[in-house]
Amino acid sequence: MEMYINHIDQVGTQERVARLFSRSIKKESKIHALKTVLSMIDLTTLEGKDSPGKVKQLCYKAAHLHDQFPDLPTVAAICVYPTMVPIAKKVLEKTDINIAAVATAFPSGMTSLDYKLDEVKMVVDAGADEVDMVISRGKFLRGEYEYVADEIAQVKDVCGTVHLKVILETGELVTLDNVRFASDIAMVAGADFIKTSTGKVSPAATPPVVLVMLEAIRDYYKKTGKMIGMKPAGGISKAKLAIQYLVMVRETLGQDWLTSDLFRFGASSLANDVLMQILKQTTGVYQSGNYFSID
Amino acid sequence: MTSTTKTLDFKTDWEYSPAPESTEHIHIEKKNNLFINGEFIPPVKGTYFETINPANEEKLADVAKAEQADVDKAVKAARSAYDKVWSKMKPAERGKYIYRIARLIQERAREFAVIESMDSGKPIRESRDIDIPLVSAHFFYYAGWADKLEYAFPGKQAKPIGVAGQIIPWNFPLLMAAWKLAPALATGNTVVLKPAETTPLTALKLAEIIQEADLPPGVVNIINGAGKTGQALVEHPDIDKIAFTGSTEVGKLIMKAMAGTRKKYTLELGGKAANIIFEDAAIDQAVEGIINGIFFNQGHVCCAGSRLFVQESVAETVISKLKDRMETLVVGDPLDKNTDIGAINSKMQLDKIKMYVDIGKNEGGTIHQSSCKLPKKGYWYAPTLFEDVSQSHRIVQEEIFGPVLAIQTFRTVDEVITKANNTPYGLSGGVWTDKGAKIFKVSKAIRAGVLWANTFNKFDPASPFGGYKESGMGREGGLEGLMPYVNLV
Repeated sequence: MEMYINHIDQVGTQERVARLFSRSIKKESKIHALKTVLSMIDLTTLEGKDSPGKVKQLCYKAAHLHDQFPDLPTVAAICVYPTMVPIAKKVLEKTDINIAAVATAFPSGMTSLDYKLDEVKMVVDAGADEVDMVISRGKFLRGEYEYVADEIAQVKDVCGTVHLKVILETGELVTLDNVRFASDIAMVAGADFIKTSTGKVSPAATPPVVLVMLEAIRDYYKKTGKMIGMKPAGGISKAKLAIQYLVMVRETLGQDWLTSDLFRFGASSLANDVLMQILKQTTGVYQSGNYFSID
Repeated sequence: MTSTTKTLDFKTDWEYSPAPESTEHIHIEKKNNLFINGEFIPPVKGTYFETINPANEEKLADVAKAEQADVDKAVKAARSAYDKVWSKMKPAERGKYIYRIARLIQERAREFAVIESMDSGKPIRESRDIDIPLVSAHFFYYAGWADKLEYAFPGKQAKPIGVAGQIIPWNFPLLMAAWKLAPALATGNTVVLKPAETTPLTALKLAEIIQEADLPPGVVNIINGAGKTGQALVEHPDIDKIAFTGSTEVGKLIMKAMAGTRKKYTLELGGKAANIIFEDAAIDQAVEGIINGIFFNQGHVCCAGSRLFVQESVAETVISKLKDRMETLVVGDPLDKNTDIGAINSKMQLDKIKMYVDIGKNEGGTIHQSSCKLPKKGYWYAPTLFEDVSQSHRIVQEEIFGPVLAIQTFRTVDEVITKANNTPYGLSGGVWTDKGAKIFKVSKAIRAGVLWANTFNKFDPASPFGGYKESGMGREGGLEGLMPYVNLV
């Protein structure tokens, strides 16, 4: 595998994050950002207790974020466990909203490759538009980088044209050097998107990790011309933080990545905070949480 | 690494809306007098000069111009305060006054930041987050030393020198005032301070704070004017010490004037720092360090990393990333919170920058500038870099004091050390590498007062700052910063 070691300095990364996050986004630019954030959300439910009813509600919410307010975008996708794909498919059939399914023994990935490939095949056959796989962190930490890359490549083979998001679970990789290297491996091996976290490990997406991954995407694009997408996931529940991430994308990758085709937020409760902010910008007051559906 | 053909598009449909810092709470006196003996008094000859906002060329205020007679008055007030009050005061009491000044600056930090940005053109992000916090930190730091001088110099007594004449530059107006005033006051000296003529306003606000802090009259006197006022101060027979920050050219004149006198002096002068990027550096953070090194405060920084050395194997990557990063720098209204690069401090400085860029082009350098739009009114210059230059080019040798970077490549550690030291200056430098041993080797070999490793332009009151060679003599900051203001007996 052709790979170049890219060193990451943690202190410098944190400083860059602080500077990006100090951008002051107000007025029209805030409205624009908030609507863009909405359109980039992968509305997520990944609980063992998820029921068909809950997934149906989530799908309806995805398509009708807040009908009282005109001209709102829908979210980009809903993200569910494999067994929920057919249920979501039924509700979302006539919409542009994608269905993303987690697979490969999410969230730990602790099973054999055959089982993982079967699972991927199952969700692809069920009609998922996107697959969110996890990498084998144990193998990565043991230095078995070829194994990690092979696994991703084989999953991508099964996916075919279905979009593959590769979850690095950065909370378990710990260092930014690891995050960068895992990003590079995932892109070379065939990821369409790289994604920070499952949401099941703390910390999930952190600003320095997201910046390092965006920089990896930028370098890969400049080297190969391939545009890889990015998805921070977990712990992003406030509009302010989401806008700060957009600033990061804008100033690292530029205009071409400011679209749901190449940037997503994996989040369950972010949408309502964004909606609340959009309504505040137009009405001047914050409305009670009771006005926003919690599906 | 491989060549890079793909470009990133930073012209987006998501423009940041203006986010200007409010100026409503700011009060600037229309006519500002001299601050002598604790009072604001008109100049003897009654002449005033204008200070303008370099971002829009609008007049901010009239400022009294100090002539010889005014300098005499100020020095006399300082002498009297020294003899009768300040040198006799218990050190802990002196410390209390300095702590009070530090606290009052903190309380009015936003006001100081806004005025600093209006008068100097620097972005509010810097005046608010860097300049003003460092100002109060400096006063706090030296306030602490006031009653601990016997620990600073064990076995010796640290006696004050007398009256210090302090001349400060326009690039960090209030911060340089703090660097000068705090150690002088802590050690028991009195002061006549002359700010730069293009940026007199924050020092005058500081005079208000000094009144409010109830500092005994005459301990700090602040007079304004241009070179002639400074000269009168330097040549005044009753001054015991001169502290100057500014150009090497003026520094040399001061040294000549000092020769044969009993006056002590410290000089903090120009620089042409080498910022060295090795192939094993964390490249993205190094690029950020290059940006911070040369574009901080529009490049009006004596320790700016204006000579960039990049190891050949990563040069293409680094320069490509650098150009991308330059596109995202926001140039414009200094009071806008999103502004990265503000206005050039004065017309004179802008002309100087333009002159050097012309020289660079005529010498055959390859110029690249960020595509940002510059405001019509005011003094502006786009972030600029030059490739294809060498140690023989004037833009590599001479201090431009603007947002202009000269880039050279190198192959070996020894080569870059030789080139880095091949300059009459020696104020600062930067080393970027993931290898600790290389940091030690290079930073020991480079003759400069400050060496930053994997960072750039970091300041702390506890850390001494000053130059080798033509970058000056004496240190400011830290325990070393006390030395120029004491006689050890």
